[in-house]
Amino acid sequence: MFESLQDKLNKAIRTLKGKDRISDINVAATTKEVRRALVDADVNFKVAKEITDKIREKALDQKILIAVEPGQMFVKIVHEELTALMGGQAEAINIKGDPAVILIAGLQGSGKTTFSGKLAHMLKRQGRQVLLAACDIYRPAAIDQLKVLGEQIGVEVYSEPDSKNAVSIAQNAVAHAKKSGKKIVIVDTAGRLAVDEVMMQEVENIKSSIKPSEILFVVDSMTGQDAVNTAKTFNERLNFDGVVLTKLDGDARGGAALSIRQIVDKPIKYISTGEKMEALDSFYPDRMASRILGMGDVLSLVERA
Amino acid sequence: EKSKESIFGKISRAIVGKSTVDEDVLDELEDILISSDVGVGTTVKIIKRIEERVARDKYTGTSELDSILRDEIATLLTENKSLDFKDSFETDNLPKPYVIMVVGVNGAGKTTTIGKLAHQFTKRGKKVVLGAGDTFRAAAVDQLKTWGQRAGVLVIDHGMNTDPAAVAHDAVKKGVEMNADVVIIDTAGRLHTKVNLMNELSKIKRVMQKFLPEAPHEVLLVLDGSTGQNAVIQAREFTKATDVTALAITKLDGTAKGGVVIGISDEFKIPVKYIGVGEKMDDLQVFDRAQFVDSLFKK
Ligand SMILES: Nc1nc2c(ncn2[C@@H]2O[C@H](COP(=O)(O)OP(=O)(O)OP(=O)(O)O)[C@@H](O)[C@H]2O)c(=O)[nH]1
Ligand SMILES: Nc1nc2c(ncn2[C@@H]2O[C@H](COP(=O)(O)OP(=O)(O)OP(=O)(O)O)[C@@H](O)[C@H]2O)c(=O)[nH]1
Ligand SMILES: [Mg+2]
Ligand SMILES: [Mg+2]
Repeated sequence: MFESLQDKLNKAIRTLKGKDRISDINVAATTKEVRRALVDADVNFKVAKEITDKIREKALDQKILIAVEPGQMFVKIVHEELTALMGGQAEAINIKGDPAVILIAGLQGSGKTTFSGKLAHMLKRQGRQVLLAACDIYRPAAIDQLKVLGEQIGVEVYSEPDSKNAVSIAQNAVAHAKKSGKKIVIVDTAGRLAVDEVMMQEVENIKSSIKPSEILFVVDSMTGQDAVNTAKTFNERLNFDGVVLTKLDGDARGGAALSIRQIVDKPIKYISTGEKMEALDSFYPDRMASRILGMGDVLSLVERA
Repeated sequence: EKSKESIFGKISRAIVGKSTVDEDVLDELEDILISSDVGVGTTVKIIKRIEERVARDKYTGTSELDSILRDEIATLLTENKSLDFKDSFETDNLPKPYVIMVVGVNGAGKTTTIGKLAHQFTKRGKKVVLGAGDTFRAAAVDQLKTWGQRAGVLVIDHGMNTDPAAVAHDAVKKGVEMNADVVIIDTAGRLHTKVNLMNELSKIKRVMQKFLPEAPHEVLLVLDGSTGQNAVIQAREFTKATDVTALAITKLDGTAKGGVVIGISDEFKIPVKYIGVGEKMDDLQVFDRAQFVDSLFKK
């Protein structure tokens, strides 16, 4: 049903190829193809409009008019622009305080609990003393799930199976960490919708009661147009520090990454690439740009240009 | 200038010549559909159909356009004619036990949907057996067991890290022995790109068929309603592996519209049966086409 983005870009290149100058009109036609492609890659449609308008100006601005291969040059500009929009260097998380507190939040099923385990695993391997706090008091077996992961990676999990108060569990976990000499507490929270006022209030309360030095918003890379609404609300409520993109071991283009970056201007700090505790990676904007654009061959083509 | 940039500018202009639909209406329509995850391809298709319809049976204003539009989108959504699930969760005309295998990518809402389904069936006095076929994800069996308790139904489990096909087999067997009305098999979440895991689904099916050749009567693919265009590929790949017969769309209690199912339903001719609208036991509804289309146009 969908042309691959690769095809679209190639088509866009073909439109330009052989023409020694790029006119306003064929740049418009090409940016239109790119915009369609971005929307098909789940980039928010408003964000896609903004980006392609910018790219169009750049394309007309640069010496592309006299380039030998204007098509390649155009693709290169698009790729560079997306890379720049997603931020330069990979950014580290803030680990401050005694203990340092890292709060994990996001929609249902996005991968928070799995990521909490992975982050604990990574920090432990760096020689740090970590505690996991099980603050999802709603989802059936959520505490058990975190406990199983904790056991797998050899990290203690603080939980209060009978408590109905996520805020006090979080506070008690921090106190427990202090007492037992743990330097970092990773707080797993229940999944919640941005429109669920009671639940958003809860996570705000958790934040103000334990003062995390890092708040991470976890997003499923398969998310569509709604990613911007969710990211916006979570950011308004929590002013989070970074984004975690999950399930990138699949074939989703992950356009949500670009939308979120544009809307809330927060860096993507980690990517999750599997169900195993080791499947955690740093984020590379250029790779993400290639992925959104569906560029395998096109990229190498660009590098030769 | 604006229309030249618009993806559907050309189509818009075509309609403008013929009638009173103006470009603004179509631009707005395009935005509504795209922002609901309908996707560029399906959006183009819908606009084309409207263009044709408008050219054929003239209309006078945007309110009429509105009903034409709803109509055209609704026809893309395959109706569930196969079985008697349409208006309720009744199982009276179904084979007994009616075996449902639930599949989907990680975190889509499979286990929760199973818990809710079990509740709907038991509420109607039906006997239900669940099979804890996710033996992989941490505490997945416990999660299903909790749902089993809530709904008051039997859960067959072999514990974690056991063969999911054997669990499915035993759940079906138990269902027959108990003269159950419905047997529902949970499976581990899997991304459709993982060949081994997709093959495992075929194996689960094969093994339960050894006991009951018609099983599963239904393969329910659960899609997260906030998923974008990747859902189309999910539908394609899960259908290849397991002959998906119905869809459930979850998490529609949020702001996501789930528009991607319009194209999926049309392309693969798979009906949407259920929608998930929350995390509670009662938060499952039988899919209603008209209501769904209406929700696309709600802010
Ligand atoms: N393939 C893949 N699966 C993942 C990844 N991250 C998480 N998962 C799976 O996605 C599903 C949901 O993950 P969870 O960690 O339970 O998500 P959550 O956000 O804690 O979910 P709730 O607590 O219910 O809101 C599980 O099946 C995980 O194994 C990933 O990067 N890749
Ligand atoms: N708001 C809302 N949340 C839902 C809905 N359906 C499921 N969830 C939540 O989504 C999360 C994931 O649901 P699960 O049922 O565990 O999903 P799954 O597909 O079984 O996940 P895996 O087995 O890990 O692949 C849980 O937190 C559920 O409570 C729904 O309709 N609305
Ligand atoms: Mg969780
Ligand atoms: Mg499950």
